[in-house]
Amino acid sequence: MKSMKTVHVGLGTCGISAGGERVYQAFQTELNQHPEAFSIHETGCIGMCYREVLVEIRDGAGNSRLYGDVTPERVSRIVAEDLLEGRSIDEWLVSGARKEADFFDKQVRIVLRNCGKIDPGSVEEYIASGGYQAIAKVLDRMTPEEVIQEVLASGLRGRGGGGFPTGAKWKFARAAAGTDKYVICNADEGDPGAFMDRSVLESDPHAVLEGMMIAAYAIGADEGYIYCRAEYPKAIMRLRHAIAQAHAEGLLGGNIRGKGFNFEIHIKEGAGAFVCGEETALIASIEGRRGMPRFRPPFPANSGLWGKPTNINNVETFANIAWIILNGGAAFAAYGTPDSKGTKVFAMAGKVRRTGLVEVPMGLTIRSLVFDVCGGIANDGDFKAVLMGGPAGGCIPADLCDIPIDYQQLNKTGAIMGSGGLIVMDETTCMVDVAKFFLSFTQEESCGKCTFCRIGTKRMLEILERITEGKGTEEDLDNLTELSAQIKSASLCGLGQNAPNPVVTTLQYFRQEYEAHIREKKCPAHVCAPLLVYSINDLCTGCGSCARTCPTGAISGERKTVHVIDNDKCIKCAKCFTVCRFEAVTKE
Amino acid sequence: MTEHLSPEFKPFKVDLWKYDGHAGALIPLLQSAQETFGYIPEKAIESISHVTGIPAADIYGVVTFYAQFRTKPLGRNVIRICNGTACHVNGAKEIYSVIQDELGLTYDETTDDGVFSLLSVACLGCCSLAPVITVNGETFGRLTSPKLRKILRDFKRKAQAAEETAAK
Repeated sequence: MKSMKTVHVGLGTCGISAGGERVYQAFQTELNQHPEAFSIHETGCIGMCYREVLVEIRDGAGNSRLYGDVTPERVSRIVAEDLLEGRSIDEWLVSGARKEADFFDKQVRIVLRNCGKIDPGSVEEYIASGGYQAIAKVLDRMTPEEVIQEVLASGLRGRGGGGFPTGAKWKFARAAAGTDKYVICNADEGDPGAFMDRSVLESDPHAVLEGMMIAAYAIGADEGYIYCRAEYPKAIMRLRHAIAQAHAEGLLGGNIRGKGFNFEIHIKEGAGAFVCGEETALIASIEGRRGMPRFRPPFPANSGLWGKPTNINNVETFANIAWIILNGGAAFAAYGTPDSKGTKVFAMAGKVRRTGLVEVPMGLTIRSLVFDVCGGIANDGDFKAVLMGGPAGGCIPADLCDIPIDYQQLNKTGAIMGSGGLIVMDETTCMVDVAKFFLSFTQEESCGKCTFCRIGTKRMLEILERITEGKGTEEDLDNLTELSAQIKSASLCGLGQNAPNPVVTTLQYFRQEYEAHIREKKCPAHVCAPLLVYSINDLCTGCGSCARTCPTGAISGERKTVHVIDNDKCIKCAKCFTVCRFEAVTKE
Repeated sequence: MTEHLSPEFKPFKVDLWKYDGHAGALIPLLQSAQETFGYIPEKAIESISHVTGIPAADIYGVVTFYAQFRTKPLGRNVIRICNGTACHVNGAKEIYSVIQDELGLTYDETTDDGVFSLLSVACLGCCSLAPVITVNGETFGRLTSPKLRKILRDFKRKAQAAEETAAK
């Protein structure tokens, strides 16, 4: 019998945003007409967000074709030619074309092993791909100490940004006195531009549950919480579904596998506070209070949720665990550098050709990540810098991007590994503006507990606003440096301690841009609106819409002739620039 | 405890409170209230205070701490501008100025006729489509000013048409 072809539509958040559900429905409509020809399945994120909607066709004999940029209109041709006649439509293929294949060449997929391959709603598919074998191995043949030893041997460090050795954290929680212990999965991914955890939760929720189960067994916990952002409804939905399935399979609940191990997982939806990514704030939030960090020690390992010993790891950390148990810590440690083992997932965004999710071994250079894996800079721009670690991170200029991805090496540049958000910047990105953007984020998200973080970030933001408006002074740069040092040393948690990083690193590597804003009143990247000069070029058709929209009447001209802007009257509101349909308004 | 509740609060609270049984239920209760009413009315805070014994002032403190909770109702069409990093470097500011221009709204405001509300979100997570907005949960990506103006005018027209039908 000819095996049935299967159609797999990527329905992570990025796929849905790009219209994945409409594509899925279009296939459904076609299926009603050819019910024998194929079956439709949902899958998660394969990482190629830049080619969404992605549709994979598998022939049931191990061959597959991946189509990118699929629209509902393209579905009928895919069905007619590929599914019914067996001909591939080469111009729409992603995987067939060699130029895209190198997207995967340098990747090593441990965390993302199942992402985009299995149906995240199917526990059977997870089990068929080796899932829940690690928890079986742990319960049947390993002591908690052996589990911790294996994780220690892997060299795995916390992937949420802290970088603390995971095995050591488990050891402390295991050693802590007390019987009621908790495992918490930190899924409060709040860095703007970071979506690693969301993709893992949406595409392979069982891998996270299995990691939590193993951690619970290792430290002796019988209750777990997943603290997930409420802004990730799809991830929460998939997690709830996965937890119910794990219960049905007897993998959660009482006396699991008859080994006397009990474990329950609850989901707590965060309510929108960036600071709740900090572990003591996260615990306060689960307990129903304002999510404000507290002084450590005592560390959560000794006194965490409800005052009990608690182990908190991030989503990506947990997603590594089952692989480590099955393949051994040594296999994991074989990847990477002496200081940083294994792989790291990055969410690539900004001015890079291939935006999306990648997983590369530690030790790869940043340049190789940007150019070899992600295809270089979009629109053939000039590579200027990357920003790693989100608002707590720092920027690394292009000429330092030959350093390997490694906790220590990155720290030396003033940036941090962070949780994996990586923003690529080109010559059209203003570094002062980027620093201001991140600082306005941390300023807004400061919980207000520490004076330096609460007021210091506000003062820094005011200075940056002045500079981008052309009202900065030389003294401002010294004040920024001084405030940065004070905020870093006088803040309780990572938010305040790292908030000045984007400013510190941009000042260190791109001081001349700050100086251009201050001395010449110019924004070299043409971003900071108050410093721009607007003019109208020959593309102007004289339609008059800019003149009508200008609030100060600075634009004049006869109908159907090129208009002119009077710069004395112009208040640089950019309305003419946004309203023009002919790209005739230019700024410099 | 249930008798303290006015009837409209019964649907959202009871099972949640039973489910957890300790203080940790406050945030889920507030989330449930917001889901029911679209915002957190003062009455909801009073009711939750009655049920849980947590002082209303503390509950108000929690409500105002988290970005998710609103103390004012939203308009019928909710526009969210993504201000994630990718959208920022790809022109979210321009998107904002277009919306300001078309609807006369700044962040966290609702138009006087209650038709549009404008909110900012830190990241919608579809960075490859930047710059992005959502209107009533539907995503509009790779926006340019003309494209956005057209989208907004379409929604305005629809809102007007709906109003006219309602008037009839």
